[in-house]
Amino acid sequence: MRLYAILIYIFLYAPIAFIVGGSFNAGKQAMIWQGFSLEWYGKAFSNPLITEALATSLMIALTTAALSAIIGTLAALGLERMSGWMRNAFDALIYIAILVPGIVIGISTLIAFVSFFDMINPYLISAWNIRIEMGAWMVIAAHVLFNIAVVALLVRARLQGMDRSLVEASEDLYATPLGTFRQVVLPLLAPSILAGFLLAFTFSFEDFIIAYFVAGPDVTLPIYVFSSIRRGITPEINAVGTVVLMTSLVLLVLAQVILQRGSRTLKT
Amino acid sequence: MTAAPARSRAVTALLVAPAGVFFMFLLIVPLMVVLVFSFGERAPAGGYSPAFTFDNYLNLAARGKAFVNTLTLAPLATLLTAIFAFPMAYFLAVKVDPKWRVTLLVLVMAPFWTSQLLRYYAWIMLLGGKGIPSWLAWVGIEDVRIINTPWAVLIGAVYGFLPLMVPPIYVSLEKLDKRLLEASADLGATPIRTFFQVTLPLALPGVATGSMLVFILLMGDYILPQYLGGGKVFFIGNALVDLFLQSRNWPFGAAVSVTLVAIMFVTIYFYMRFVLGKTDARRAALV
Repeated sequence: MRLYAILIYIFLYAPIAFIVGGSFNAGKQAMIWQGFSLEWYGKAFSNPLITEALATSLMIALTTAALSAIIGTLAALGLERMSGWMRNAFDALIYIAILVPGIVIGISTLIAFVSFFDMINPYLISAWNIRIEMGAWMVIAAHVLFNIAVVALLVRARLQGMDRSLVEASEDLYATPLGTFRQVVLPLLAPSILAGFLLAFTFSFEDFIIAYFVAGPDVTLPIYVFSSIRRGITPEINAVGTVVLMTSLVLLVLAQVILQRGSRTLKT
Repeated sequence: MTAAPARSRAVTALLVAPAGVFFMFLLIVPLMVVLVFSFGERAPAGGYSPAFTFDNYLNLAARGKAFVNTLTLAPLATLLTAIFAFPMAYFLAVKVDPKWRVTLLVLVMAPFWTSQLLRYYAWIMLLGGKGIPSWLAWVGIEDVRIINTPWAVLIGAVYGFLPLMVPPIYVSLEKLDKRLLEASADLGATPIRTFFQVTLPLALPGVATGSMLVFILLMGDYILPQYLGGGKVFFIGNALVDLFLQSRNWPFGAAVSVTLVAIMFVTIYFYMRFVLGKTDARRAALV
């Protein structure tokens, strides 16, 4: 049993070790070790294409995470107050947003908005000489759609696990609804909102397929990695990959710790 | 009297409005556009020109191979992932010191959240000519080809989705009352019988959740078949990228998308009804 577990960990981490190893390899060949070197890290972070893609991805992921956390939390709070067919319809939309494959989200967003832009751009050009195009903002919009659903589910699960008597106590003590929300509900929801924020950030930062369809001329890090793998990879990518990997590992552990601590405070 | 509920309704509406706008303009409208386009014709220069025809649906067989590959390999890969994940989840939930459980579980989940592209790229190298096949040749097993075969896609799927399959099974096993296992043993059941008659049925909701999750992601996958199938073992996702970004046949691509989503929803519906329904009934019977 223990041996099996060790084998599984090796299976899961061997490819990652391979990437990390490649980033420190002095040579260019992926399968041949030619000594330790940090040169690829220097090269990667002085390559403007890589730093720009990294900046674009960070901007998209941060915006997505912030918007999803806010809108998703509001939706969960609203949903709790709804009933009947409206609530069922909204529930259904949340599940559809999660179940429809990313590739279909990308495609449908692409063809709907490209058609729409083609329709209005002639007017915009003649009136103000501007045109709208696909780009990073479309990536944000599509990512937010998916992550609103994720955050709403997380926050709602916590709302339902929350002790109603806390809210009632606060009301009995003459707190205003907004005061109750700020001082009682929000602190209790904070862990799941934060976990949702981190999940949304990671999803957005990692996503390739939706961005591939809707990013237009903008290049995110996964798009850059994809095209450089197609051209023949250099260990520069391994170096960036290693940095990203370590960052997401830290974020993931952080999200886990927060959720854990959160469920403890809920119980006491 | 009516002022308070009206105000409360307004607050509710304000709370859900932003999410509603996103669902409307980035989900419902785009999906409707896909549905409408699927009955259209390809414009001469690519894209869409309005029409009402079923040709795109009648022509689906032209991409039949992608459907066959997806619909055989996705369920098979899901099953394999569940088989490999179960002992791991069992180990974490039952055998490991509770102090270490969460840490070890996070270590299983972590790879899923790190660059999918690079991890599958690493597998291209590991399964390619200079990787595992050359090591096998070294010990005397010659001429093994793994990359660009269905095997590579299956290995990649188990690798890629194990981190998603283990946690739900772990959760259902952790809740399992150990006294049931003792009771089963006390009543003279062999460990194997206990496993099949007590452990597995009780863990089934977790297996079902994990399988659903993995199956959904596999059905729409693009990178896995692209990298490890190398264009030889392709999925619906690869057909879609080709139709939208290379041949720019939007209406046909739209028909393929609609069919994919329809297959997924029908599968999920029956799955929920039968598998989940059954496990609930069984759980109720046990309680």
